[in-house]
Amino acid sequence: MSAFSAIDQDREIDPEEYTPGIEPQATWCPGCGDFSVLKALKQAMPEVGRTPEEVLTVTGIGCSSKLNSYFESYGFHSIHGRSLPIARAAKLANPALEVVAAGGDGDGYGIGGNHFIHTARENHDMTYIVFNNEIFGLTKGQTSPTSPKGHKSKTQPHGSAKDPIRPLSLGLTAGASYVARTAATNPNQAAEILAEAIEHDGFAHVDFLTQCPTWNKDAKSYVPYTDVQQSDDYDFDYTDREEAAQMMYEVESKLYEGEVLTGRFYVDEDRPSYTEEKQATGEMPEEPLAEKYFDDDAEWKRSYDLLEHHT
Amino acid sequence: MTAHELIWRIAGGSGDGIDSTSQNFAKALMRAGLNVFTHRHYPSRIRGGHTYVEVRAKDEEVTSRGDGYNFLLSLGDSFARNPSEDAYYGNEELKPLAENLDELREGGIIVYDTGLFDEDEVAELNLEERAEENDWHVYPVNLRELAREHGRDVMRNTAGVGVTAALLDMDVSFFEELIRQNMSGDIQEDNLNVLEDAYERAEEFEHTHDLTVPTGENEQELGLMNGSNAIAYGALDAGCRFIAGYPMTPWTEVFTIMSQHMSEFGGIAEQVEDEIAAAALALGASHTGVKAMSGSSGGGFALMSEPLGLAEMTETPIVLVEAMRAGPSTGMPTKPEQGDLEHVLYTSQGDSNRVVFAPAGIKEAYEQTRLAFEIAYDYQIPAIVVYDQKIEGELRSVPIDFFDREPDPDVGEVLSEEEIKEAAHHESGTFKRFDSEVEGGVSPRTVPGQEGGRHLTSGNETNAYGHIEEDPDNRVAQMARRMGKLDSIREELDEKDASNQATRGPDDANYGIITWGSQQGTVFEAVDRLNENGQAVKALGVSDLMPYPETEVTEFLESVEEAVVVEMNASGQFKGLTQKELGRFGDKLSSLLKYNGNPFEPAEIVEGFEAIVENEPEVPGDSTTFVPAAGD
Ligand SMILES: Cc1ncc(C[n+]2csc(CCOP(=O)(O)OP(=O)(O)O)c2C)c(N)n1
Ligand code: SF4
Repeated sequence: MSAFSAIDQDREIDPEEYTPGIEPQATWCPGCGDFSVLKALKQAMPEVGRTPEEVLTVTGIGCSSKLNSYFESYGFHSIHGRSLPIARAAKLANPALEVVAAGGDGDGYGIGGNHFIHTARENHDMTYIVFNNEIFGLTKGQTSPTSPKGHKSKTQPHGSAKDPIRPLSLGLTAGASYVARTAATNPNQAAEILAEAIEHDGFAHVDFLTQCPTWNKDAKSYVPYTDVQQSDDYDFDYTDREEAAQMMYEVESKLYEGEVLTGRFYVDEDRPSYTEEKQATGEMPEEPLAEKYFDDDAEWKRSYDLLEHHT
Repeated sequence: MTAHELIWRIAGGSGDGIDSTSQNFAKALMRAGLNVFTHRHYPSRIRGGHTYVEVRAKDEEVTSRGDGYNFLLSLGDSFARNPSEDAYYGNEELKPLAENLDELREGGIIVYDTGLFDEDEVAELNLEERAEENDWHVYPVNLRELAREHGRDVMRNTAGVGVTAALLDMDVSFFEELIRQNMSGDIQEDNLNVLEDAYERAEEFEHTHDLTVPTGENEQELGLMNGSNAIAYGALDAGCRFIAGYPMTPWTEVFTIMSQHMSEFGGIAEQVEDEIAAAALALGASHTGVKAMSGSSGGGFALMSEPLGLAEMTETPIVLVEAMRAGPSTGMPTKPEQGDLEHVLYTSQGDSNRVVFAPAGIKEAYEQTRLAFEIAYDYQIPAIVVYDQKIEGELRSVPIDFFDREPDPDVGEVLSEEEIKEAAHHESGTFKRFDSEVEGGVSPRTVPGQEGGRHLTSGNETNAYGHIEEDPDNRVAQMARRMGKLDSIREELDEKDASNQATRGPDDANYGIITWGSQQGTVFEAVDRLNENGQAVKALGVSDLMPYPETEVTEFLESVEEAVVVEMNASGQFKGLTQKELGRFGDKLSSLLKYNGNPFEPAEIVEGFEAIVENEPEVPGDSTTFVPAAGD
């Protein structure tokens, strides 16, 4: 029998189960877009049928990374930019877990940029939610990798001379097999996309547009937005890599011109996840490794068996 | 030095097969009943450059390289004139002969390959004259031609071994057996023929020397391995089934061995994008209930400083390995140094709270790696095994039975689901992961996927539930609990008799030498010699760095008038640690330091010690430094 009985339970889940039993300190400002991500996640999770105890949320540092203080599950609030490598290992060690990594645009596209590229490349079966508010929130409003060119802040008083990162294109190029964007102002689409992303067997990258009323008042609060799947103006096949890339390019150019397009931009259902790839090469056990430590009958090979070539 | 010993040095170019030949040579001697020890010298480049390996063999235990050596097999650097005359690799053909002569002992033997050396250049070395002065016995042999006759130039090394065996009256059957085991087909055939041919030809040489191979008999079955093997095997037997890393010399060796065996052991190995990720992965796996490790060398370990601190704060057990090389920065990648001590003790922000072990040899490397896992998981604290390039690469013969141990899959205080149910805080979502009231400081954990154990953990200060909390009382209680673990660990190590300090020399000696990590074997050999020379001196080799073995070092220092701290760095880091931990003894402690890229030789310690004791301001030799006692 599994030592992890919370996993794969088949029961009706009340969304309230994802609300912490103890009152966390409130650290998000009124009107912060982060509330919408939390709400969407609480809505999505029962839909995919995952109990709080089989979910591990790993976050970095930033306002957004406080997500797991308000979301009841197993949670690891880590360090700036490092949520993904921690999440990856958790998934490798116990593939039966539902792993959700989350953080801000500074966290994910800046300091953790290298990890983002490599996690996407490996196509780990997990969901990565980036709260994109185009600003560093927690450190009080510095320019972030997604701030528009010309954006002025205390640390870039002359206006940023840098072009912003294009997260969707970057996710696609790096190898994510699911790339979508949604917005805090569109709660229904957000919940739907998160549920889809969680169910996707591979690295699902969700660029979640959020607002930071405290430090980024200039930024459009992403209204109105258009859902590319709902609009006849945007006809493209999101399972086609080239069309998806083309679409992302357009969308990411328009974001800073005032038109906000959201939806699924790339979905590849066929690409095997990293776990599957690794198991196929024989590099990884079929049973979750973590189980082995709780199994009294597990067989443990020992180094003594290797010593022959030393003698 | 009394016992009869052979120290055979094989020199050539990187790429001439020096490593594999020396390994076989060492193994043959070991199988013949001797204890062996190798010392490896190589430049920080892949091709070209002069390299050598020494194989020291004795009837009794060998724990160090010797002083100099007594047999040189010089192959000639086949890459030196490659690819063009004004070579990129430098015109260094003669180096393997020229550069080794200074350390050859009186009465030593030289065999060199005339096939690759230019006679005029050899003449410039004044070999004959120097041979006469030092009573060297020189045997020029055309090894290249010999090898060529059997079809393969590269077999010059096998030919050299054949000549060595004949000159030393060794039994070649051990070599033949190794060739049969390691090679196949034509290559095996050709090598066997070269070996035999070379042996027969050299048997006809007139022996002007009297050096022979010592004879011995091993009571136990021995194995030949290096520190990297021992660390890797220790980790596997400790139940480690997850490793993540990024290559960096010399850590790469452990990483490679582990990666090669991980899947057959049912575990997972990951080479990742950088060292921050590597340590973070180890953390993630451990958090999920798996025994995990990572590691690196100086610069890579610097990148791990952040995840290391996170492990301390979140109380996630992990084992990190730090394989030191000469720094700062990328320093000298292939040269040993003990310069990262302070780096492993204190790197990362806040008050450091970790366990650090520094094995002194193969057995301790295995033992302490196992211990590192045990302590890390029992106490939910990161443990670091720090060692250097010397232990990493040197091969030693060790009893194989030493490794005959059961694996240990115990992950420490992780509650089962039944135990969670019985716990006072069983109600889901209110699990007290970090209970500051808990006895002994270790608050039992649960792992993701368990029913009823869900909790949050954070790199920020948290309350009992893992939620961020900056209340002053909570902060003090949590800090006190975490910091208190080191005391409990020290107690446990003492109680279990699991501490790894070793002593040598007479109890009542009035002088002491203290050393740590890899220099212990060399210091012990020096101490034996000093006592034979009439000095009364004893040594303490410290292998537990944190928690610091306060009682043992204090007792040792109280029992002597003066002590010299021997270490391979420029600033006396271990001496500094000792004074910091014990808060006194400054006026008793002087330092003997070496940081030129080579480990100590026993004679340097003997001479250095005598100079210090006799208050001579100048330490003999040009590679060691003496720093007098400072006073408290
Ligand atoms: C290594 C490191 N550098 C810097 C910081 C300070 N820091 C904390 S949060 C943050 C930026 C967060 O911005 P973002 O990821 O966009 O998240 P937000 O707060 O906007 O949600 C920075 C720079 C840190 N904690 N660690
Ligand atoms: S600073 Fe901005 S991102 Fe942070 S909580 Fe406030 S509104 Fe949200």
